[in-house]
Amino acid sequence: MIRKLLIANRGEIACRVIRTARGMGISTVAVYSDADAGALHVEMADEAVHIGGAAPAESYLDGAAVIAAARSTGAEAIHPGYGFLSENPDFVEAVEAAGLIFVGPPAAAIRAMGLKDAAKRLMAEAGVPVVPGYHGSEQAPDLLAGEAERIGYPVLIKAVAGGGGKGMRKVDRPEDFAAALASAQAEARTAFGNAAVLIEKYVLRPRHIEVQVFGDCHGGAVHLFERDCSLQRRHQKVIEEAPAPGMTLETRQAMGAAAVRAAQAIGYVGAGTVEFIVDGSGPPRPDGFWFMEMNTRLQVEHPVTEAVTGLDLVEWQLRVASGEPLPLAQEEIRLAGHAFEARLYAEDVPAGFLPATGILRHLRFSPGARSDSGVREGDEISPWYDPMIAKVVTHGPSRSVALARLTRALAETEVGGTVTNIAFLEALSRHAGFAAGDVDTGLIERDLAHLVGPEEPPVAVVLRAALAAAGLDDGAEALEGFTLWAPLERRVVLERSGETQVVHLACRGGGVVDATLDGEVLRCRRRTGGWVIGEAREPGPARLLDGAVVVFAGQPWEFAIPDPLAQQGDAGPAGNLVEAPMPGLLREVLVVPGQAVRAGDRLAVLEAMKMEHALLAARDGVVAEVLAGPGTQVAAHAPLIRLAEEDGEGTK
Amino acid sequence: MRLRSSVLTSGEDYSANRAAHLAALEQVAEAAALAASGGGAGARERHLARGKMLPRERVANLLDPGAPFLEIGATAAHGMYDGAAPCAGVVAGIGRVMGREVMVVCNDATVKGGTYYPMTVKKHLRAQEIAAECHLPCVYLVDSGGANLPMQDEVFPDRDHFGRIFYNQARMSAQGIAQIAVVMGSCTAGGAYVPAMSDVTIIVRDQGTIFLAGPPLVKAATGEVVSAEDLGGGDVHTRLSGVADYLAEDDAHALALARRAVGSLGPAPDVSANWASPEPPAHDPEEILGVVPADLRTPYDIREVIARLVDGSRFDEFKARFGETLVTGFAHVHGCPVGIVANNGVLFSEAAQKGAHFVELCSQRRIPLVFLQNITGFMVGRKYENEGIARHGAKMVTAVATTSVPKVTLLVGGSFGAGNYGMAGRAYQPRFLWTWPNSRISVMGGAQAAGVLAQVRRAAIEKSGGAWSAEEEAAFRRPTEEMFERQAHPLYASARLWDDGVIDPRKSREVLGLSLRAALNAPVEETRFGVFRM
Repeated sequence: MIRKLLIANRGEIACRVIRTARGMGISTVAVYSDADAGALHVEMADEAVHIGGAAPAESYLDGAAVIAAARSTGAEAIHPGYGFLSENPDFVEAVEAAGLIFVGPPAAAIRAMGLKDAAKRLMAEAGVPVVPGYHGSEQAPDLLAGEAERIGYPVLIKAVAGGGGKGMRKVDRPEDFAAALASAQAEARTAFGNAAVLIEKYVLRPRHIEVQVFGDCHGGAVHLFERDCSLQRRHQKVIEEAPAPGMTLETRQAMGAAAVRAAQAIGYVGAGTVEFIVDGSGPPRPDGFWFMEMNTRLQVEHPVTEAVTGLDLVEWQLRVASGEPLPLAQEEIRLAGHAFEARLYAEDVPAGFLPATGILRHLRFSPGARSDSGVREGDEISPWYDPMIAKVVTHGPSRSVALARLTRALAETEVGGTVTNIAFLEALSRHAGFAAGDVDTGLIERDLAHLVGPEEPPVAVVLRAALAAAGLDDGAEALEGFTLWAPLERRVVLERSGETQVVHLACRGGGVVDATLDGEVLRCRRRTGGWVIGEAREPGPARLLDGAVVVFAGQPWEFAIPDPLAQQGDAGPAGNLVEAPMPGLLREVLVVPGQAVRAGDRLAVLEAMKMEHALLAARDGVVAEVLAGPGTQVAAHAPLIRLAEEDGEGTK
Repeated sequence: MRLRSSVLTSGEDYSANRAAHLAALEQVAEAAALAASGGGAGARERHLARGKMLPRERVANLLDPGAPFLEIGATAAHGMYDGAAPCAGVVAGIGRVMGREVMVVCNDATVKGGTYYPMTVKKHLRAQEIAAECHLPCVYLVDSGGANLPMQDEVFPDRDHFGRIFYNQARMSAQGIAQIAVVMGSCTAGGAYVPAMSDVTIIVRDQGTIFLAGPPLVKAATGEVVSAEDLGGGDVHTRLSGVADYLAEDDAHALALARRAVGSLGPAPDVSANWASPEPPAHDPEEILGVVPADLRTPYDIREVIARLVDGSRFDEFKARFGETLVTGFAHVHGCPVGIVANNGVLFSEAAQKGAHFVELCSQRRIPLVFLQNITGFMVGRKYENEGIARHGAKMVTAVATTSVPKVTLLVGGSFGAGNYGMAGRAYQPRFLWTWPNSRISVMGGAQAAGVLAQVRRAAIEKSGGAWSAEEEAAFRRPTEEMFERQAHPLYASARLWDDGVIDPRKSREVLGLSLRAALNAPVEETRFGVFRM
C-alpha cells in the first residue's frame, strides 16, 4: 500500500482525497500556489510544498514542479484529482519515469480517449454503441452532405478537436447543411487550428447519462451504475443524480456492460466515466444509448455514486493504484436509494451566471447533507480558480426524499460575502419537471426565466435585514421596546448596490415589531426559529457580518449597514480656504492659480516656532487664488490659498 | 405569602369597572397621541424636508435597540396655551444608551421652533432634577429657538426658570454627572448655554447653530450682515470658537457620536446586583382594570392591586393585624426588592405609626419604597384629634420626608389633603410620581370644599339677617364643585407637571421597575431622620 501520497490539486477535491488517505493511514502532501498559502487543503495535509505562482500554468499545471515536490517529500504516489494534470498523458509518463505511482489510468488509455473520433472508432470496434455518424478523414463538403443524408436529419456537425460547443452546429434540413458546415469549419479552424469535423445523428431530447467504471491492473473491470447529469447549462453540469430517473434494470445492465467493455478495450485502470447520450423521448432503452466520450479521471460528481453504493471511490483508487485487485466483484456492488449533488458556485445568476469572487465572510453548511468543500469561513473565492464553493450531496431511500433533502439542505446553506447560485439551485430542486424525473439537457435553458431569482430583494428580505441590523434578533431585552404610549420608531438605513432603503421599526414589546418600508407597515413577530413577517415565515435567516447584514433567502441578499461614524465629520475639508495654523513666516508657496492639486499635496510651507510646517491640500481640487506671497509674515488663521468650489467654479 | 384574589373576573362589577377604566384610559391615550404628534403634520413635513429626524426618531436612534424608554411629562402642557405646546415642546425620559441609563431631553422644533414655554422650562428642570437625584448622565438633543418671548415673564426671571437649566448643568457636571449636548438645530440666546455648559458637545454641520444673538438681532444691533452658518454653524464652532467638540454630518452621525460619548463614560453602575430574578405576577396585571372600582368612593382591598404588581404575587405583609387601613410589606418588582406602603382606607393613628415604623425599617435596610396612594386623608373628629392623630401623622410625614431610600409613588385613586403628605406626594420628592387615569388630586374633595365655603357663606348671610335658599346654596356650590372636579383630573395635573405622567394601570409594574432601576443608579445614602414627635 502507498504510504505517502501527494495530491496534485487544490480546493474541495484535494481535501476530499486527503480525508480518505488519512482514514487509510496514508501520509499526505499538499502542493499550493501563491494564492493558496493559507488554503484548507494546505492546512489539512501533513506536509505542504509551495510550487509556484497563482496562475495555474505557474503551479498546478506545472508537472515538473509537482514531481519535484513529490520527490523532495518522499511521496510514492501522486493523485491528480480532476482538472489540471489529471488527463495529461505526458504528465503520467513523467510521473512513472520518476519512479512514482500515478493514481489513475495509464497514459495510453488517456491518449486513446483523447481524440473523439478515434475514441469512437475504437469503441465501435469494441462493440460499444456509438451515435450513427461519419468520423472519416475525408472532409469534402459533398461527401459530408451525403453522409448527413445517410445518417438522417437532424444531424450535428462537430469539430474533431472540439469541446465547449465550439465548432458545433445542429442542422435540421439538407438545404441548410452547406452553410452550417462552412461556419463550423471556420470556427473550428480558429479555435483549434484544425478544421476537421465529424457528423452525428442529433438525438432528440438528449439525456446525459454516464456510467462509473473501475479497472484494476489485473485485467478486472466493474461498473458502479449510472449517473444522470442531464441538468446542464451551456455544457456545465448543475445537478447530478444517481441512479438515472426512469432507468430500467435491462437498460442499466446493457449500459453497464457496454461501459465495462469500453474500459477493457483500452486496458483501463482506476476510476473512469463512460458518458452516453441517451434518447430522452421515452424511458431509457437498451438500444437507445450511444457512447460519447470517456473521462479518464475521478469525476466531480463521484459522491452521488458513493452515496448510492456506500463505497469510497478514492479508497478504491488508492487500493487499485497500490496494485490491489478490485475490492468487489460486479455482483457484490449494490445500488441503494437515490442521491443528488448540486454544485454551489460563487456566481451572479441574474447577471448571466457570471463567475463571482469575494471573501466568504459567513459560511455554514446544512447538517443534513454531505457538503464537500475546500473553503472555510474567511477564505477568498479568487479569480484564479474555479469559483466552486461546495458540492452539496444528499441521499434518501427514494428519489423524492433525496430531492426534498436537497431542497432543504440548499435552504440551510448560508454563504455570505459573495453572490452564489444557491437560489437558482433551490429553484431547480423545486422544478416540477425535474421532480417528476422528466429531465433532459435542455431543461434549464427552456425554463431559465423561472429559475433565475429576482434582481431586487423582496420586501420581506429587506425587513428581515432591518430587524437584524437593528439588533432585534435575540430578544434578550427584558422590557423590549417599552414605552408609556406609542412605541418609538427607530430608523434603520440599509444600502444595496448604491441604493439606500430606510426601514422604520417600532418595537411593541413581546417580540412584536411594526416595520414600515415605503409607507407600508408589516407586523413582524419573533418566534422560536425565526421571525414571522406579515403572515409569512421569514424568507431566511439573517446574519450580521462586519458592517453588513446578509439574509439567506435562497441567494444571500447582502445589505451594507452604513456606519455613521465612518463619515468624514471632523476629518472633512474645512472649506475652500487653506489657512495658517499658527502665526509664522510663509516660506514657500508651491502652487499657482489654476493648478490642479490632489489631497495630500504640499501647497505651501510655513516657518513657525523654529519648525517648518507643510500645508497640505485637504481634498482634490483646483487652486483658485493664492492669497499671500512667499516671505510674508502671516497671522494665525490667515487665509493663504483658496481652492475652487468643488462644483467647478474654476479659476478666477 | 402568595396573595389570593377574591375578585370574580366574570362578574358584572368587573366588566363595568373595566369599561370605565378603559374609557378614562382612552382619553389619556388621545392626549398622549396628540402630544407625540408635535407641531402637526405640516411642521413635521418641513422638519423632515430639512433632512432632520423627528424628535422621537432622534430619541429612538440614540437609545440601544429595543431598549425601554420611560418618558416623563408625556402630556405636559396638555390643554394649556390654547394647545400651542404639545408635550410642552420637549420630549424627555430615561432610556438606555450603551448599556447605561441616561436622561434624554430632546427639543421638538416642530412646536413653535422648540421655544421654551413655562411648562417647557418646568419639564426640562424636572428631567434634570431626576437626573441629579438618580445620577443619570444627561443627553440634550438641542433644537430650540430659546425662550418663548411673549411669555418671558414666566420663563426668565424666577429661580426655577430658564437660568436654572444651566445652573443645574454646572452643578451636575461638578457632581460627575455627565452633560452631553447634541446641537441638531437652533440653539439661540440663552439656549446657547446648553451646549456651552455641557462637558461634551456635538454639532451637526449646516444644521446646528449656536449663537447668543441670531443674524436678525446682530444686524439690528451692529449692522453686521452674516449668515447663520458663518455666525455660529458647526464648522465655526468646532474649528474656530471651540464651543462644540465634534462635527457631525447629519443627525444619524451626531447620534452615533453621542452614543460613543456615553460609551466612554466608564462602566455603568451595577444597579441590579442584589436583585432577585424577575417573575411575572401570579395574577394578570391586565385584571387591574376590573378589580379596581370605577368610583373612587367604593372601598376595595388594595392587596388586589399589589397582587397584580409584584413578582409572583408574593407579598410579605408587615404588621398585617395592626393599623389595617395602611398595608405595608416586602415584595419584589421586576426582581427589585421593595417596601410597599399602600392605603386601604382612611388613615388612623395606628396606621400612621405603622407607616412610620415600616419606613424606618426600609430605610435601615436601604430598601426602596413604593407608595400606592389612594387616600382621602387622616381621620377627623374629637376622639382622633384628642388622641393626637396629628402627632402620629407627623411621625409618618417625618419618616417619609427624611428617609434617604428612593421613593416611587403611584396614585391609584384619590390623593386628598394631608394623606398626600404622609404617602409621599409631590412635595415629598419621591424620585418618581405616576398617576392612573382614574386618580384625582386636590386639597379636599370638591363636595367638601364647596360645603365648607357654603357654610361660611350661610353663616355670613344669616348673621346679617338674610335667608339663603337651598337652590341658592346649590347654585353657589356648583362652580366650586366643578372647579375641583376639573382641576383634580389627572390630565390637568399632569399638564402642570404635578406628577411625571399618567400611565396605563396595566403597565404599572414596568413603570415601577424602570423607575426603581433609574433611581438606583445613585447610591442609597444612610438615612438621618428628623425628630419624631413621640
